Amino acid sequence: MAVTSVIREPLVTGGKTIKDVSHDISRQVEGKPTKLWWMAMAISLALLGLGAYACAMLLWHGIGVWGLNKTVGWAWDITNFVWWVGIGHAGTLISAILLLFRQRWRMSINRAAEAMTIFAVICAASFPGFHMGRLWLGFYWALPLPNTFGSLWVNFNSPLLWDVFAISTYFTVSLVFWYMGLIPDFAVIRDRAVVQGNKIRANVYNALSFGWQGGAKTWMRYESVALILAGLSTPLVLSVHTIVSMDFATSVIPGWHTTIFPPYFVAGAIFSGFAMVLTLLIVTRKVFKLEDYITIYHIELMNIVIIITGSIVGIAYITELFISWYSRVPYEGYAFYNRVVGPYAWAYWAMMTCNVISPQLFWIKKIRTSIVATFVLSIIVNIGMWFERFVIIVTSLHRDYIPSSWTMFYPTWYDVGQYVFTFGIFFTAFFLFAKFFPVINMAEVKSIIKSTSEKK
Amino acid sequence: MEKESTKKIYWKGMEQLTNDAEFVKHAHQEFAPGPEEDLGHSRRDFLKMMGFGVAAVSLAACEAPIRKAIPYINKPEDTDPSIANYYASTYTNGGDYCSIVVKTREGRPIKIEGNSLSSVTKGGTSAQVEASVLSLYDNARLRFPRVADNKKASWEELDKAVIEKLTAVGGGKIVIVSNTIISPSTKAVIEKFKSKYPSTQHIQYDQSSFYGMLKANEESFGTAMIPSYDFSKAKVIVSVAADFLSSWLAPIEFTKQYAQTREVGEDKKEMSRHYQFEAGMSLAGANADYRTQIKPSEEGAVLVQLYNLLAAKAGRASVSGGVDKPNLAKAAEDLWKSRGNALVVAGSNDKSVQVVVNAINDILGSYGSTILPHLPVNYRQGDDQAMANFVKEVNAGSVSGVIFYNCNPVYDHPMGAELAAGLGKVQVKIATTYKEDETASLADFIAPDHHYLEAWNDAEPKKNHYSVAQPAITPIFKSRAAQESFLIWAGETNVDYFEIVKNNWKTWFYKSGNFQTWWDTCLYNGVLELPVEATSVSFAGDVSAAASAIASNYKGGSGFEVFVFENGTVGNGSQANNPLLQELPDPITKAVWEHYVTVAPADSKGINFKEAKTEYYTISINGKEPVKLPVLVQPGQTPGTLGIPLGYGRTKAGKVADGIGKNVYPLIGMVNGSLSYSVAGATFEAAGERYQIATTQTHQTYMARQTVVQETTLSNFERVDWKKEFQPKIATWKDPNHKVAPEELSLWKGHDYNNHHWGMAIDLNTCIGCGACVVACNVENNVSMVGREEVINRREMHWLRIDRYYSSDAAVHDVRGLEEAAENPEVVFQPMLCQHCNNAPCETVCPVAATTHSTEGLNQMTYNRCIGTRYCANNCPYKVRRFNWFKYHDNRQFEKVNPAMNTDLGKMVLNPDVTVRSRGVMEKCSFCVQRIQNGKLQAKKERRPLKDGEVITACQASCSTGAIVFGDVNDPESRISKLLKIAPRNPERPNGIDKLAGNPRAYQVLEEVGVKPNIWYLTKVRNKDA
Repeated sequence: MAVTSVIREPLVTGGKTIKDVSHDISRQVEGKPTKLWWMAMAISLALLGLGAYACAMLLWHGIGVWGLNKTVGWAWDITNFVWWVGIGHAGTLISAILLLFRQRWRMSINRAAEAMTIFAVICAASFPGFHMGRLWLGFYWALPLPNTFGSLWVNFNSPLLWDVFAISTYFTVSLVFWYMGLIPDFAVIRDRAVVQGNKIRANVYNALSFGWQGGAKTWMRYESVALILAGLSTPLVLSVHTIVSMDFATSVIPGWHTTIFPPYFVAGAIFSGFAMVLTLLIVTRKVFKLEDYITIYHIELMNIVIIITGSIVGIAYITELFISWYSRVPYEGYAFYNRVVGPYAWAYWAMMTCNVISPQLFWIKKIRTSIVATFVLSIIVNIGMWFERFVIIVTSLHRDYIPSSWTMFYPTWYDVGQYVFTFGIFFTAFFLFAKFFPVINMAEVKSIIKSTSEKK
Repeated sequence: MEKESTKKIYWKGMEQLTNDAEFVKHAHQEFAPGPEEDLGHSRRDFLKMMGFGVAAVSLAACEAPIRKAIPYINKPEDTDPSIANYYASTYTNGGDYCSIVVKTREGRPIKIEGNSLSSVTKGGTSAQVEASVLSLYDNARLRFPRVADNKKASWEELDKAVIEKLTAVGGGKIVIVSNTIISPSTKAVIEKFKSKYPSTQHIQYDQSSFYGMLKANEESFGTAMIPSYDFSKAKVIVSVAADFLSSWLAPIEFTKQYAQTREVGEDKKEMSRHYQFEAGMSLAGANADYRTQIKPSEEGAVLVQLYNLLAAKAGRASVSGGVDKPNLAKAAEDLWKSRGNALVVAGSNDKSVQVVVNAINDILGSYGSTILPHLPVNYRQGDDQAMANFVKEVNAGSVSGVIFYNCNPVYDHPMGAELAAGLGKVQVKIATTYKEDETASLADFIAPDHHYLEAWNDAEPKKNHYSVAQPAITPIFKSRAAQESFLIWAGETNVDYFEIVKNNWKTWFYKSGNFQTWWDTCLYNGVLELPVEATSVSFAGDVSAAASAIASNYKGGSGFEVFVFENGTVGNGSQANNPLLQELPDPITKAVWEHYVTVAPADSKGINFKEAKTEYYTISINGKEPVKLPVLVQPGQTPGTLGIPLGYGRTKAGKVADGIGKNVYPLIGMVNGSLSYSVAGATFEAAGERYQIATTQTHQTYMARQTVVQETTLSNFERVDWKKEFQPKIATWKDPNHKVAPEELSLWKGHDYNNHHWGMAIDLNTCIGCGACVVACNVENNVSMVGREEVINRREMHWLRIDRYYSSDAAVHDVRGLEEAAENPEVVFQPMLCQHCNNAPCETVCPVAATTHSTEGLNQMTYNRCIGTRYCANNCPYKVRRFNWFKYHDNRQFEKVNPAMNTDLGKMVLNPDVTVRSRGVMEKCSFCVQRIQNGKLQAKKERRPLKDGEVITACQASCSTGAIVFGDVNDPESRISKLLKIAPRNPERPNGIDKLAGNPRAYQVLEEVGVKPNIWYLTKVRNKDA
């Protein structure tokens, strides 16, 4: 017996019962992969293969296969790194902060968003790895491990080391949080498999659910852990990108050396993260027929988050310009002048258009609630956010203090290949997840079925 | 019953059922015996053998190549592993000369430095001299004598055949062709050869000929000689197209003298004034105070005009002709004011032009002061007429035999093609080159000479100034001193050239005392200088005849004027196969591995030269093969002129040089009886092909960034009473109106350097931008050469670079306009290397602490620890860190461009004290830490403190002008402390990092960033009125 609030939009439509929820979500896992899924998977694997070739060439020949040079020491590598880390942020925000704020609309999107976080962080982490000249040593020299080199230790002053800690903490917490949420749902699939008589699936999902039995005490503990992890994750939403921004903010390079970076980066991260969640969910709800669970209302709410964060980012851009003029530091002034009208002005204006102007369209309700418009704009925002990082990294480096070293950066196919590689990882992982894991948190959605679902 | 029915029994086989005896015997074994057992191989054996096989195969597959290391069973005397030995010697390449000291390690020459005992070169070197050590290990060197059709032969076979052929020539004409020979002993050998074959003629020619000057001096003073010049005495220098800092006559000597006149400060408030009139931007022009653009055809007229202006003042008769140019009247005024301390030089090889120059110098009283005719130099003795006649004779078939003594006229003489075509008519053709070249490839016999570092020789660069060349290594290949070859062919029995040189010196110079001691001293010093009597000359030239010859010979006319010149890298092309020179950025254009035509911006409007992207153009001159070259837009070049460097377009020089550019020696013409390096009436047309020039610097101006480059004029400096003119100031939060110097602010307390505190001072006034230091640094520190493609990718590895900036006409706030160089810009050179910051931004960002600060102020790089995040390079405000993008050593991809790390022969040049960096690590200037360490160890061994001047960095050692001073700023008595007037900021912490430099010219680049560098620059001062 479903109850609908008179003032709130229903979060689940189509008059779903608790049984419907189990059925609708588990059906994807239990059924045979569709043709569409196979096609998507094939494309993802092709990207992965292509990217793996680029990685292999990179490892075999050296970083020189990329387009970097003596002046521009980072370009696509760290751009992609920051971009992917940023994307991950939406998942944590949805699962942790919105949980603490008791935003129930998060329930049908948090699973996919968290999965996205984890895959995005994996993609992101690949860049600091591959961008190292000597990856094989970097793996353990960048970690504060006891060693036989005497008093040799890592440099705790280095923001890159802070990155190592930030990213690894973030990944660990996100992974645990995500997996914990999956446990009751795995148990549902197991139970259904037992009934359906599929022993293999029953065993596999039993193992995955750690033998979840669903006792009241178990549920109580489950909820406590969820709250604790949400509490742990919340500062991470802010800290990870703050630390990433410090890679730039603590440097002496004009255009990097900016105190505004931490909040600006966090806002940008949530901005791009939500855009990516939208891109993925709009496809997922269509392919897996989950329109009743991920409704227009969900999409609208996420679009509102995008307007807010997009506006914060816009203000940050304008503040940077103002401060560079106001400071009267000639190098600072030139760095921003060069961004706006220099050889990379096209990248700057691409960023401005995609990140500041385009999200403002969401003020219009018709656009905000249009699936096609949202899909297109979500991709535009992600392009814009890629350009933001590119602009920060490359335009600041390519013309810094000493004019004799000024130069341009031209990417090679291996720069592109490395990016493609992470797309390969991301989509392969996401499609595997979408097929074999419940894409919507059944346990949580069931908890709101009675209160906020639409009557039949 | 029930129990029994469940108790089924199974058998392994019939044997078990029947309890067969054979079966019972083997029943305890896991497997029944099979045929393997019979062969004696068990399963275990099989696994063992397979395991061994797999291991052996995989081991064999990754077997390391065998390298033979031969231990010293009998250690050579004076060779101690890891201890360097130094030998005084002499660099000669044609008429180019330098007294040097060769550093050898374990018997291998690895570095060349100047010999400060020579009063001629005074310890100076040039890029070519520094780089020549790698030519010793050139893979294109000839490894054995060759006879007809390039057949490998023994020396006995070659000698027998050569003598036979030479004898068969009979009375036919034999010609020995060479570049200028400055070795008296070699000349004596040639005389001996001539006495055996009396029909022999010896012809000398020079790639950059001074025949016109020789003839002019013959006319003016009665002797065909080239005098010594002393720029150090000159208060006013006027140079008309003479690049005396890079290629004209004896640049090593002149740069040193010139630099003395350019030093300026509180203690020496005067400096010379330098006017340059030229077409292309030369190194001398770039250093001039006033530079005027003229066309090559106007050189003579400008000098005639200058003569007339001065003649009017001196009350001499004027001559007809002349053309007025900006700054010319002013130059005349200044020259006249400083007569007796003035000098006018001209680059022209035309007798008439040089006669006018002589007349001007005569008016100015330069002879005996800035020009020393009693001290003639032997650098250029080439005879253009004789060489041209020789080529004609070859083609006429009247030459029977020719010996090319270490010269390559087929390539580097204007009539080279004609000569090559005619050589077939010569019966005997012999070449004595040490490496392959275009001429030797046409010879019947190649008798490879030693490289100069393997050979005994002597040199007389100037009258009564001698320099000895001694071998620093046993000949690597089966080469033989060319002098010995000549003597053997002449049938001499006493052919040991070492003995000959020694005996010559004994006969010629030795006076009394123990000969062996005297000779050892000569070898030790490397030079022997005998007094020269001062004599005076009187000018007897005909100026008006010269002026009318100039007027009739140079009409200019329509079309472009093309001039060819030696650039500061590969020079005349004889050392073109040296990657150190190919990858040395041209001092002006900063191009590497490239041949191009320099064009004025006004003439290349269609080309947007940003990032050195350009187009091919075709230069056609009547009667010459058109030349297609990419355009390099050169600010400061005279519109209507085209400049092309010589030294490219080699075809048989070796892998490094072959195929780069075009040979433009054929463009050289003949005017007034001598070679003319410019031609008028050329057409210049787009070839419609795009091209990317490799340059190490694509942004040309310093964007009015005064904290990067500080410059002023002498009059300004006087006006501010020799005080510091510009000092960046920072407003603080306490009081925005009270601005403080950035050095007063720091987040950190800073460390104390209780022992040494290394620092460097670089004088922008005396740095002429030649690039010798860059080559010296590359050789000393095993810096990888990366090749054209990688330079286009902006990945050159140089630890030390010379930034060259052009001035801009735009206003300080016009940021866009500042990107464009002025039409005739002023130029500033700024050597840029790791600044060894005390608050180094690279050190804090390295995650693994691979770059750290030493207790002596050095910013150190630990290659082993580096994981290659490149964060340090990004965070370096000076952009001096270099990343190993690829494996540059032992990598076939880089074999051609970096033989020093990729071929067994080339590797002999590597400095064993410096690690060859692996792929993926960062590197940068170390302040030659190996030299610091060596100096400290030496002092420690001798139980004494390190003395100032004992540690000299490679760049400082190579700097002819002394622009670089390295030393301990903790030591108040050190040269650097005195030069910079160093004082501790805080008297309680005399050894703290904060040091005040009291020299008003001293400044630190990007001071306001607060990184507190250990390098100070001295402001550039131009001697201009405003």
